Amino acid sequence: MDSDLKKKLLREMLFARRFEERCYEAYVERKIGGFLHLYSGEEACAMGVIEAAQAGHDYVITSYRDHVHAIKCGMDPKVVMAELYAKETGCCKGLGGSMHIFGVENRFMGGYALVGGPFPLAAGIAKGIKMKGGDEICICFLGDAANNQGTFHESLNMAKIWNLPVLYVCENNLYGIGTRIDRSTAVVDQYKRVSGYNIPSEQVDGQDVEIVYDAAQKAIEHVRSGKGPYFLELMTYRYRGHSMSDSNAYREKEEERMWSKRDPIITLLDRLIEAGEITKDEYKAVDAKILAEIENEVIRFAEESPEPSMDLLNKYVLTENDSYASGGSS
Amino acid sequence: MAEIMFWEAVQRAHDEEMANDPLVYCMGEDIGVAGGTYKATKGLYDKYGPERVIDTPISENGFTGLGIGSSFLGCRPIIEIMSVNFAWLAMDQLFNTAAKVHYMSGGQLMAPVVVRSPGGTAHQLGAQHSARMEKVFMGIAGLRVVTPSNPRQAYGLLKSAVRCNDPVFINEHEMMYNMKGEVPDAEYFMPLEGSEISRGGKDVTLFGYNISVYWCQQAAEILSRNHNIDAEVIDLYSLSPLDREGIKRSVSKTHRAVIVEEAEPAVGVGAEIMAIINEECFYELDAPPMRVSAENVPIPYNHNLERAAIPDIQNVVDAVLKMFGRS
Repeated sequence: MDSDLKKKLLREMLFARRFEERCYEAYVERKIGGFLHLYSGEEACAMGVIEAAQAGHDYVITSYRDHVHAIKCGMDPKVVMAELYAKETGCCKGLGGSMHIFGVENRFMGGYALVGGPFPLAAGIAKGIKMKGGDEICICFLGDAANNQGTFHESLNMAKIWNLPVLYVCENNLYGIGTRIDRSTAVVDQYKRVSGYNIPSEQVDGQDVEIVYDAAQKAIEHVRSGKGPYFLELMTYRYRGHSMSDSNAYREKEEERMWSKRDPIITLLDRLIEAGEITKDEYKAVDAKILAEIENEVIRFAEESPEPSMDLLNKYVLTENDSYASGGSS
Repeated sequence: MAEIMFWEAVQRAHDEEMANDPLVYCMGEDIGVAGGTYKATKGLYDKYGPERVIDTPISENGFTGLGIGSSFLGCRPIIEIMSVNFAWLAMDQLFNTAAKVHYMSGGQLMAPVVVRSPGGTAHQLGAQHSARMEKVFMGIAGLRVVTPSNPRQAYGLLKSAVRCNDPVFINEHEMMYNMKGEVPDAEYFMPLEGSEISRGGKDVTLFGYNISVYWCQQAAEILSRNHNIDAEVIDLYSLSPLDREGIKRSVSKTHRAVIVEEAEPAVGVGAEIMAIINEECFYELDAPPMRVSAENVPIPYNHNLERAAIPDIQNVVDAVLKMFGRS
């Protein structure tokens, strides 16, 4: 990985961290409602994989922990934040919320709040790609706990028998809501579970964006070349609770300390400093610029945007003026 | 206008829509090589191949979700779920994704999927193959529910459902696939919304849908012949949205209403239509509306008990006579 790409990923991971931590503040201030699931600690996963893909060309779908994937696909952080603020300028006009970020123009196909729900949707997007004859792939990010849903097994099976261009990325953060993986899951190494479907899989360190990027390149090459689905397991850790309503009482402090030493941003920063590719001061300047951008542009846009019109309440339940529904066609 | 069987009408709609648009495809259990449990996709596997006529694993939630995902890219899957009893397993993807994705994406995504599934009580299939589920589907915002009562509707509704941009659930009936009826020779798209006057009348309205339209029609004949009661039969082929205007128009004419449903009464089609009558035309009524429903039981295996669990023509006649104070 060249120096420019490393610096770009460093900046993007830092932006993601600052964005999420600012969401935390806004939630505490009650500017953001509902459930809020933050990605802090897991940045290398989305950044490394989507960097290796063709953002805006390949399709990405994920769960409710979705802000960072959306932004990395090319969505404007302002419209993501405005959605969290439930404003009309939000990507879903305030109808979706944190768990339902959508950016179809950027081929970010959404955040979904049923654990495991996107597995078959991703296979279906891949089916659509195949029917239309494109060279895109679909990348589905989900957590380890989603693999205990039936949709995991049903989708892997279908993706394999129909040879669909889908990459399943398992962000294994070791906890399903508040239950540690070894207490809920018979086989802790998720990549092993995939062998039952004869799908190639790999487990790598999800805290090192260079490792993630390299593994993702290999996985994406496999899928794009028509060889069918691939499963990539990234070992990672979330710093915050499952959601903001989580007491985070189920984890040992020692475990949290250990993972904080493997922070994906610090890991890359230290490497860049050691190689003489960035100085501490340069990094601080980047950080200051990010903080200013988030405050002066992103938050300001969300704050100053209007509330959704009440007309939106009944819009989009069904599509409008469909002639096949009302009988205007024959 | 040719007279064809119900399954042939469904098959013809598949064939025409698949010929019209290469992104239309169908999938379900045994629909390809085996030709479909009810023959609804007979011959299509040979004509369109395995990429467009897909035999699925027995994974209802999985393949329904897969169909929905493909519809995000403009594909138009026609998904057959072999029995509505199995459709329970796909409720997650149908309700949580298909019905909500257009709304929660702020209009960015559409899910133009068609899910067809036969339900109803057939011939001693037992409790887990005899469910009537339409009342569940029609209660979900964002999902269209239609239920054809004859081959013409089966053909015209499926044609429209494929082209409509909303998710559509088509509730068919296990006992109706060999029923014959006239279907226009020319291509025909039936509106997904509305109702049809199956028989005009002035004394009482019998509301039916799917198989209960037949019970209503035959009860109306008996009432006319033996009791001098002129019943109107309204075919509510669209269960969501329901045709409020059509319901109001008929009740305002006859001033009496009996709703006939094959399902258990609680939270059902009859309950919903009664509520609409209350809201739209209560003061037009000459008598309290009645419903003729199934017993509130799982469907038993024994033939006599099974028949006793669901309504029949005589139950409809009896309800009307009771309403007129003649029993």
